[in-house]
Amino acid sequence: MSAGTEKITLAKGLNLGLRKAMEDDPKVLLMGEDVGKLGGVFRITDGLQKDFGEDRVIDSPLAESGIVGTAVGMAMRGYRPVVEIQFDGFVYPAYDQIVCQVAKIHFRSKGRIKMPIVIRIPFGGGIGAVEHHSESPEAQFAHTPGLKVVACSNPVDGYWMIQQAIACDDPVIFLEPKRQYHADKAELDDSVTPEPLFTSRVVRPGSDATLLAYGPTVKTAMKAAEAASGEGRSLEVIDLRTLSPLDMGPVLDSVRRTGHAVVVHEAHVNLGMGAELAARITEECFYSLEAPVLRVGGFDTPYPASRIEEEWLPDLDRVLDAVDRSLSF
Amino acid sequence: MTDPAAPPPAFGPDLAEVFGPSQQDGGPELVQLLTPEGERVQHPEFDLDFSPEQLRGFYRDMVMVRRIDTESTALQRHGELGIWAQLLGQEAAQVGAGRALRPQDFVFPTYREHGVAWCRGLDPLKLLGLFRGVDHGDWDPEEVNFGLYTIVIGAQTLHATGYAMGMQRDGAVGTGDPDRDAAVIAHFGDGASSQGDVNEAFIFAASYNAPVVFFCQNNQWAISEPIERQTRIPLYQRALGFGFPGVRVDGNDVLATYAVTQAALQRARDGQGPTFVEAYTYRMGAHTTTDDPTRYRLSDDVESWKLKDPISRVEAYLRRNGLADADFFADVSAEADALGARLRDGVKALPDPQPLGIFEHVYAEQTEELRRQHDEFAAYLDSFEGSHA
Repeated sequence: MSAGTEKITLAKGLNLGLRKAMEDDPKVLLMGEDVGKLGGVFRITDGLQKDFGEDRVIDSPLAESGIVGTAVGMAMRGYRPVVEIQFDGFVYPAYDQIVCQVAKIHFRSKGRIKMPIVIRIPFGGGIGAVEHHSESPEAQFAHTPGLKVVACSNPVDGYWMIQQAIACDDPVIFLEPKRQYHADKAELDDSVTPEPLFTSRVVRPGSDATLLAYGPTVKTAMKAAEAASGEGRSLEVIDLRTLSPLDMGPVLDSVRRTGHAVVVHEAHVNLGMGAELAARITEECFYSLEAPVLRVGGFDTPYPASRIEEEWLPDLDRVLDAVDRSLSF
Repeated sequence: MTDPAAPPPAFGPDLAEVFGPSQQDGGPELVQLLTPEGERVQHPEFDLDFSPEQLRGFYRDMVMVRRIDTESTALQRHGELGIWAQLLGQEAAQVGAGRALRPQDFVFPTYREHGVAWCRGLDPLKLLGLFRGVDHGDWDPEEVNFGLYTIVIGAQTLHATGYAMGMQRDGAVGTGDPDRDAAVIAHFGDGASSQGDVNEAFIFAASYNAPVVFFCQNNQWAISEPIERQTRIPLYQRALGFGFPGVRVDGNDVLATYAVTQAALQRARDGQGPTFVEAYTYRMGAHTTTDDPTRYRLSDDVESWKLKDPISRVEAYLRRNGLADADFFADVSAEADALGARLRDGVKALPDPQPLGIFEHVYAEQTEELRRQHDEFAAYLDSFEGSHA
């Protein structure tokens, strides 16, 4: 990319990040359905096959287990495969390869074999798609030892985090909020030093309550905080960025100050990331809490038909309602 | 209106007519170079000359591999191993394939490839840790070009294909340099042929022309389920549907297995893509030591397969042709006894894993959370005075 700064979308940030990683390391390969000529169904890999060739940007047969399973072999041969799963709901055919092989080979081999694989998954809802195209499977992977799970929420993080994930020697499930791909632009300054990959970050300071979000719900939480400020309430928003390992430092610091925590995610609430966060906060900040940790998320139903998805997805009103309940304890 | 009694339209020939009934001898397509009676036969495509030394080597390998198997089965019965995956009857399939490999080739095994491991020079004692429960396989795959055992059926065929694709990208295929050109061999069984991963591996390998040999030991049984439950056609013929050649070889004939596998590996090294080798054999023992094959198969079948024993036919050939004397057979027998004794002593000396070791190697880059759990567990263990060192 050109020197200096430019305004980019998340899709562009990821594309530039992938390009940079491929330029920096000839062992980086992209694999997936439609990632080559088409540039991916979301165009995240646009133009990369043209510039890096079919041996490095590999259009795969339509078989998710095959894509991940062959990536395992590539990694054993010393490559750093970046795999694209076309949509969240299509990761399940590859689930066995991810949790039984990708996650465990380093452990099983006593560290002799590294698995530097990145599995990119466009995740979450809100795009009016049909079944299996709007899911949030993060808890299934965060529950699996051996995997690291991260979620980006904005163009600048997309640019840096994808490069950091590729450079990481551990397998990384890389979640991309597909609703944000082409939504907002942000200014990218390539000359700054990025924050480490497995860290969470306060993206809006506040003092009355802490909102914890990641991926698509960071924007929801920011809107809620904006609306709350109009009512004289100061909400702190933390973008978790990393789901496994969780970076609890900023979370605990914040909750100790505010005494109130609300977790916001699109995934089903039952046994989701919110449950883990609530437990960890309770264990660490019990005497600072003024209210139980509350969760706002998708209901414990399958993802609904798209004409009612806006009712199902946590929105700013449901977040503010939870903040009200927390503050009224 | 259609007459409901009319026969359905024919979409093609009747499968039973094309393939005939299931044949225990592997059918006329079976590649064989040494008969069960120990007689050398010729084959128009896969014939090779074997030196007396090579033949004696095959015999020795198979005797040693059988001893690893019988000794390990006994160790399981004595409670020294939690479980053992037996290979009795499959020695020729594994030694033939294993000896056809070059050092630069890479093997992706199941959990039963003890004979191939032997050919790769892996200390058999290393195999026992997994079955004793002290590790998940404690050898360096890169050192012997032999991957760790894979328990999930068929998962490794995809790893093999990806590894082969990596070899292509490394320029290690089709250069004409015999010391450089490499191939991958993926082992699996007849049961695995039903798995999605195996079929996906076929598609990827064919699509990218990957240098991989799919080596299926059809031992007729997937635990209690017969080959008829996996396929309606001879397995090797499946390859054609994926767009690469398939061949059925007598898996109890070490010479034929060697010749066919060598040809398939060379094809892969030359850049001509994948081959499916079906080694037609029989599992004379159980699936594992927890299995009871008397519940599901006839002893007559086992008896008839004993007549095709892979070791006795090589022995018969060596004796009949004066290629080995009594001293040779006595030496091999003594060597097998020594190996057996070493395994018996060695397995008991395998150290149990240290409790705190479980936190190592979950990640290449340790996490703060696991570090904390490690420290807490260490403090907990320390609270029991003298219970761990």
